Amino acid sequence: MNEQHSHDHEHTEPPSSTELRVKSIESLLVEKGLVNSETIDKIIDTYETKVGPNIGKAIIARAWTDPQFKSDLLDKPDIAISAFAEIGGQGEQIRVLENTDQVHNLVVCTLCSCYPWPILGLPPVWYKSAPYRSRAVADPRGVLEQFGTTIPTNVEIRVWDSTSEMRYLVLPQRPEGTENWTEEQLIKLVSRNSMIGVEIVNPPTMGTVNE
Amino acid sequence: MNSVHDMGGCEGFGPINPEPENSEPLFHHSWEGRVYALVRMLGLLRRWNIDMSRYARERITPAQYLSNSYYENWLAGLETQLVESGLTTKNELITGMSEEVAPADLRALVLQPDKVETTQLMRMSYYRKTAATAKFKVGDKVRAINQHPKFHTREPRYIRGHSGIIHEHYGAQVFPDLSAQGIEEGHHLYSVRFESAEIWGASGPSNTAIYVDLWEDYLEDTRS
Repeated sequence: MNEQHSHDHEHTEPPSSTELRVKSIESLLVEKGLVNSETIDKIIDTYETKVGPNIGKAIIARAWTDPQFKSDLLDKPDIAISAFAEIGGQGEQIRVLENTDQVHNLVVCTLCSCYPWPILGLPPVWYKSAPYRSRAVADPRGVLEQFGTTIPTNVEIRVWDSTSEMRYLVLPQRPEGTENWTEEQLIKLVSRNSMIGVEIVNPPTMGTVNE
Repeated sequence: MNSVHDMGGCEGFGPINPEPENSEPLFHHSWEGRVYALVRMLGLLRRWNIDMSRYARERITPAQYLSNSYYENWLAGLETQLVESGLTTKNELITGMSEEVAPADLRALVLQPDKVETTQLMRMSYYRKTAATAKFKVGDKVRAINQHPKFHTREPRYIRGHSGIIHEHYGAQVFPDLSAQGIEEGHHLYSVRFESAEIWGASGPSNTAIYVDLWEDYLEDTRS
């Protein structure tokens, strides 16, 4: 991004063998008429700019401020979630897991990488990695510690292994000190990781209150 | 099939080392985005389904599966599927040169750029009708069957032979073991709660329960 660097050669690494393989397959498929490179660009662009955890954050902030919505979200997620964007008829395949003083929920897919991507975007690398997939079901508190999250021993941990097409969204606890916050302010406080269950939503620090 | 993709409870993979949420790029190399988009796009040609895609990745040899990055596994699975489905020949993949243009009816299904946004956000429903009545109801005690199929299954190894309680009946949904072989049937699906000690023994994590989605085919009545 340095302007002095904008001369006409690039300081890039030579393409990896994987990159070359992908290029070769894409051009083969274009030649056969099975894919369209513009569509590929558009799909990547859609994921980079439109699909992401923002929908999930908005759902959580609404649940924190609207008791009727929260109750619908937990009991009838298909109806509640369909109010939040064009994610098709898949609300019926989502369950929302409420964290409370007694229960903390954590989501994993031990067999592959199942994740509620229409409301959270594509999963992070760690979610798809062997260390997380192997340990979340066997040592959830140890896994949570790696995210800096300590759940008291008297709180039950529920680990949800996404082995089917059902998708799980964690409803984190609303932090103390946000009683007067608006929905818009709360959206900024929700992290993606808290909706997977590896973190809690921390109370606001002085700097963020009047943001 | 019993292979390394079925990771629940394995030891030795090391620390998670999560990247900070706000600085992790969506794709770490530009080819990863292209592989992702290729898989999404080719899936719409309906020459395979999601269970076949998973099964293609599960058949990557264990050492390769573990040394590959996530999208390298997607690429390897895609290459398997291209050849198995007949969309390309093995020779075309090796040479990168087309031997024959795809038939017109197939080319007509190719997703066009202006349709990306509406199509991308949709996820298909996996609910299917079935004439069979559900064998179990909420609260029933069940045992996950001890099976070791050579083909695709979504019954993870770590719960096989263990008992749990039906938490919710999700209705009938596409049964993956058959779907991976091209047969689409709706079978009853349940959320089953297992106590940690039942799976991991007395030294396992305390005050912990594991919920697993299991089709009726994977469950047996503990009274029998």
